[in-house]
Amino acid sequence: MTATTAERARRDSGERKVHHGWSTDHPRRSVLLTVLMICALLYFLLPLYWLVVASTKSNADLFSSFGLWFAERNSFVANLRAVFTSYDGVFLLWLRNTVVYAVVSSVGAAFLATAAGYAFAKYRFPGRDAIFSSILGAIMVPTTALAVPTYLLFAKISLTNTPWAVILPSLVTPFGVYLMRVYAADAVDDSLIEAARVDGAGEMRIFFRVALRLLTPGVITVLLFTLVATWNNYFLPLIMLNSSELYPLTVGLAQWQSTAAAGSGSQPLFSSVITGSLVSVVPLMVAFLFLQRFWQSGLSTGGVKG
Amino acid sequence: MTTLAPAGVAAPRAARRPPSPMRRRQNAAAYTFITPFVVVFLAMIVVPLVYAAYVSVFRTQLVGGTMFVGLGNYSRALTDPLFLSGVARMALFLVVQVPIMLGLALVFALLLDAGVLFLQRFVRLGIFVPYAVPSVVAALMWGYLYGPDFGPFAQLAHNLNLPPPAFLSASWMLGSIMNVVTWEYIGYNMIVMYAALRAIPSELYDAAAVDGAGRFRTAWHVKIPAIRPAILLTAIFSVIGSFQLFNEPNIMRTLSPNVIGTAYTPNLYAYNLAFVNRETNYAAAIAFLLGLVIMVVSYVVQLSGQRKGDAR
Repeated sequence: MTATTAERARRDSGERKVHHGWSTDHPRRSVLLTVLMICALLYFLLPLYWLVVASTKSNADLFSSFGLWFAERNSFVANLRAVFTSYDGVFLLWLRNTVVYAVVSSVGAAFLATAAGYAFAKYRFPGRDAIFSSILGAIMVPTTALAVPTYLLFAKISLTNTPWAVILPSLVTPFGVYLMRVYAADAVDDSLIEAARVDGAGEMRIFFRVALRLLTPGVITVLLFTLVATWNNYFLPLIMLNSSELYPLTVGLAQWQSTAAAGSGSQPLFSSVITGSLVSVVPLMVAFLFLQRFWQSGLSTGGVKG
Repeated sequence: MTTLAPAGVAAPRAARRPPSPMRRRQNAAAYTFITPFVVVFLAMIVVPLVYAAYVSVFRTQLVGGTMFVGLGNYSRALTDPLFLSGVARMALFLVVQVPIMLGLALVFALLLDAGVLFLQRFVRLGIFVPYAVPSVVAALMWGYLYGPDFGPFAQLAHNLNLPPPAFLSASWMLGSIMNVVTWEYIGYNMIVMYAALRAIPSELYDAAAVDGAGRFRTAWHVKIPAIRPAILLTAIFSVIGSFQLFNEPNIMRTLSPNVIGTAYTPNLYAYNLAFVNRETNYAAAIAFLLGLVIMVVSYVVQLSGQRKGDAR
């Protein structure tokens, strides 16, 4: 338990606290290692840099100018307009669908996982260990192996080609339950719960009024990671949805790409695929940047106890 | 699943006597808390699994309708060269890509944890950022970068009068896909390991310091063993991820349809069987077998991680 206590102490006092370190002497920073690391960093940022550069080019300029530098004309605005207006503005619909699927799924998944994880951590009830073990076992069940049978079942009850077909399977995160159990075991003190009970608070009230606030970093972690998983999901919507007005961005962009690659006159252009891709990655990056403090501390729980 | 079992969950206070009203109230509350999850869990994981097993023992034919074939679909899969070559390709992927990805993630995490870099925060975020990119977009970007038309590598080669690198050819494709996946997930794995490193209790370091261990020895003998559970966790998730590979090859397929056929990965094969060939029974058997392969391999990874732990 020392590990997480230390972790929490560090979290409370902010990230900048002096590192527990190597030995008694202060770690010395190395210019050489930093330069090597910056080189490695170039690898990670290169495709994104390319995406930004390419989104400023017209389709013709993509082919005629050097990929890693800007063309003479800046066509970013024209590309953006093309992305949002072509095909009756279907891209905007895809963007909206992605937001709806991702937000509903991740909020639902985080709530289900939090309530269950809290109960597994703080109550001792008949069947607890058996139920929890089967949930743990399900972490290893590949989601894509479930997709085909789920599709067949959904087809029987006419759920395919509806938003629910994408949202319902995304509500289950066995790993989220595991993470929340570990997190709740530590973050919510038993004596606090006992004290609330002595004060006459009901179990629901204790969860919503006392525990939930203490669980916030864990909840945000689960929320953010299910948000990423659903925002980026491709396989599930691809098999579940037929109508292009229900597509999320991933399926829509892939469709534009395959018609662009097949390449004939009135098809969507590479410039639209590229600019659309840029638009689709910005929201998540912003979310990660702003919620850094939360997910970094929440993740450590899973890693430490994992 | 022993390694995933949380240590130190609140100690039981229950005594062996008939439940008091208070105890019963608490049990009722606990069941209320877990019920929503358990219901969705049953509906979205358990039922489809059972259904896949059920569907997989039938065969539907245009003439003759649906009939029970027992394990017929499974024996067909186990002798199906398309399925087997897909599994073999993923095994190769696993053996090559996962160690590279996790090894680099570990090195980056150790460097960040050691505090020997300038611009730490920037480096950390920069490496992590690809995780926020959808795999479809990642595959699209790398596909364009690889491409012979306006890919910068091909352009550079052209200016130097060299033949363009054949990233999308049959012999390079698997490596090209490995690169995309590595690019996407190094950062995530690094963050998990880094978080575990930050939480190592300082007493361990004091002991190492007393022994006079240097930086590399401390990293090797103290840090890496201390974060073994985290490394194991990333390894298992990587195993699950690699065998399920679908998005990247499916996108690359639009660029190189002749290289990536309908059965490049087992998942791609199951997808094409179910939705193009309409062989849903066989597709269910493939999906079920794939799940089985993944569980067995994850279990082996877990056991090997454990045994090393016990040996110490």
